[in-house]
Amino acid sequence: MQRVFPFFLEAAWVTILLSLLTAILGLVCAILGTFARLSRFWALRMLGATYVSIFRGTPALIQLFILYFGGPQIGIQLDAFEAGVIGLGVNVGAYMTETMRGAIISVDKGQAEAARTLGMSRWQAMRSVILPQAMRLMIRPLGVNLNTLVKSTALVAAISVVELTYTAQRYIGSTYKPFEMFLIAGVLYMIIIYIVGLGVAWADRKAQLH
Amino acid sequence: MSDQKPFIDIRHAQKSFGTLEVLKDISLQVDRGQIVAIIGPSGSGKSTLLRAINDLDPLTGGEVWLEDKQINKTLPHRQYEKHINEVRQEIGMVFQHFNLFPHLKVRENVTLAPKMLKGLSDDDANALAEEQLTKVGMIERIDYYPSQLSGGQKQRVAIARALAMKPKVMLFDEATSALDPELVEEVNLVMKKLAEEHMTMIIVTHEMSFAESVCDRVLFMDQGVVVEEGPPEVIFRNPKSERTQHFLRNHLAAAG
Ligand SMILES: Nc1ncnc2c1ncn2[C@@H]1O[C@H](COP(=O)(O)OP(=O)(O)O)[C@@H](O)[C@H]1O
Ligand SMILES: [Mg+2]
Repeated sequence: MQRVFPFFLEAAWVTILLSLLTAILGLVCAILGTFARLSRFWALRMLGATYVSIFRGTPALIQLFILYFGGPQIGIQLDAFEAGVIGLGVNVGAYMTETMRGAIISVDKGQAEAARTLGMSRWQAMRSVILPQAMRLMIRPLGVNLNTLVKSTALVAAISVVELTYTAQRYIGSTYKPFEMFLIAGVLYMIIIYIVGLGVAWADRKAQLH
Repeated sequence: MSDQKPFIDIRHAQKSFGTLEVLKDISLQVDRGQIVAIIGPSGSGKSTLLRAINDLDPLTGGEVWLEDKQINKTLPHRQYEKHINEVRQEIGMVFQHFNLFPHLKVRENVTLAPKMLKGLSDDDANALAEEQLTKVGMIERIDYYPSQLSGGQKQRVAIARALAMKPKVMLFDEATSALDPELVEEVNLVMKKLAEEHMTMIIVTHEMSFAESVCDRVLFMDQGVVVEEGPPEVIFRNPKSERTQHFLRNHLAAAG
């Protein structure tokens, strides 16, 4: 038991790194996806909608398998960690796109009208009137996306990334203690998610001041 | 000085939402400094007409002119955007529900557009905000957020925000309809002040006595047409149309 603990800490670090990189990639995808979904160009709107429906409409595990196992067949060579970050990042980006779009369109229409009436362009109104209000609305639901994201990093065990879930599985063989192994992994996930939750609550409080 | 052309010229305005025809060939001329009230039952197209003036609800037929500029022009997207953003700077609009920017203090609500669109420095923008907020009697609340204000105060700030762009025309869409009765007067007073300064105004309102006291002309609209128009003393005291009479009678009855 003592013997395996350092490996779990190392694996927890991999899970954290994986979550962080995935979250960043997800946010980038979501910003692009939101732009596309709200574009005045039909083709971009279609593209955004297609992205969202493909990645929300299929299991993340299948997406990972296609990327990691199917990728080489079409010339995409990624190591397991890279495939994990890209696969999960693009996947969570689809969910975050819907979160961001939802926050933006739920800002009262009167706000855009007031801004446009003063002579602001669509983009000026978006930047200085709509987005600051939408940001406040999106922090909590983005927090939900992050929570889901941390948990779904467990999926990359299936493509042999040495993170928490994989590590727990690996040491069952030598310790014969599956209960303890998965319990340790579970507790470590919980700690990570708790810290993410604190961060989200802090950001939310900052944004709602006054 | 008498202008050859009307200041605002709406020619044969027609507007449909799908199959619903909301404005049916409405023409309206407003001279510089004139104050026109638009009254009529709910759903008669008053807001749509007002919003057509700055192309917020673009017409499906007809033209809107401000001085020598056609507002509702058909242009390629970029050119149209540039054109309409310039035109809208000259037309102030006040909404029933104020639409103040809740994330900004009163000061920034007023300075945002002048800074962004006219490149005013911080100092100039602040001076402008103080001037406009003094005019509407809201200078003491300059560092408050909209959520900390009463409805009447919010509407006065919204008027100051519009005035800060130095518009040539002010459009009011039921500016006092969402207010508690005791808060109506403070907003009316601000509008009267603008009237004394000869601001050109088009005012959609349900307040007949206010309309009678400040307006040069009254339009009665019903079902997308102007049924009757004339000086307030005629429309309110001696309307010719039966529909106008009926509306005013009902309105008085409802107002108690
Ligand atoms: N965006 C819209 N889409 C469809 N119908 C609309 C829209 N805006 C207004 N209408 C309809 O147009 C008619 C006139 O509305 P409006 O101009 O708001 O009337 P008023 O301001 O006189 O109450 C109403 O029947 C209303 O339902
Ligand atoms: Mg209306």
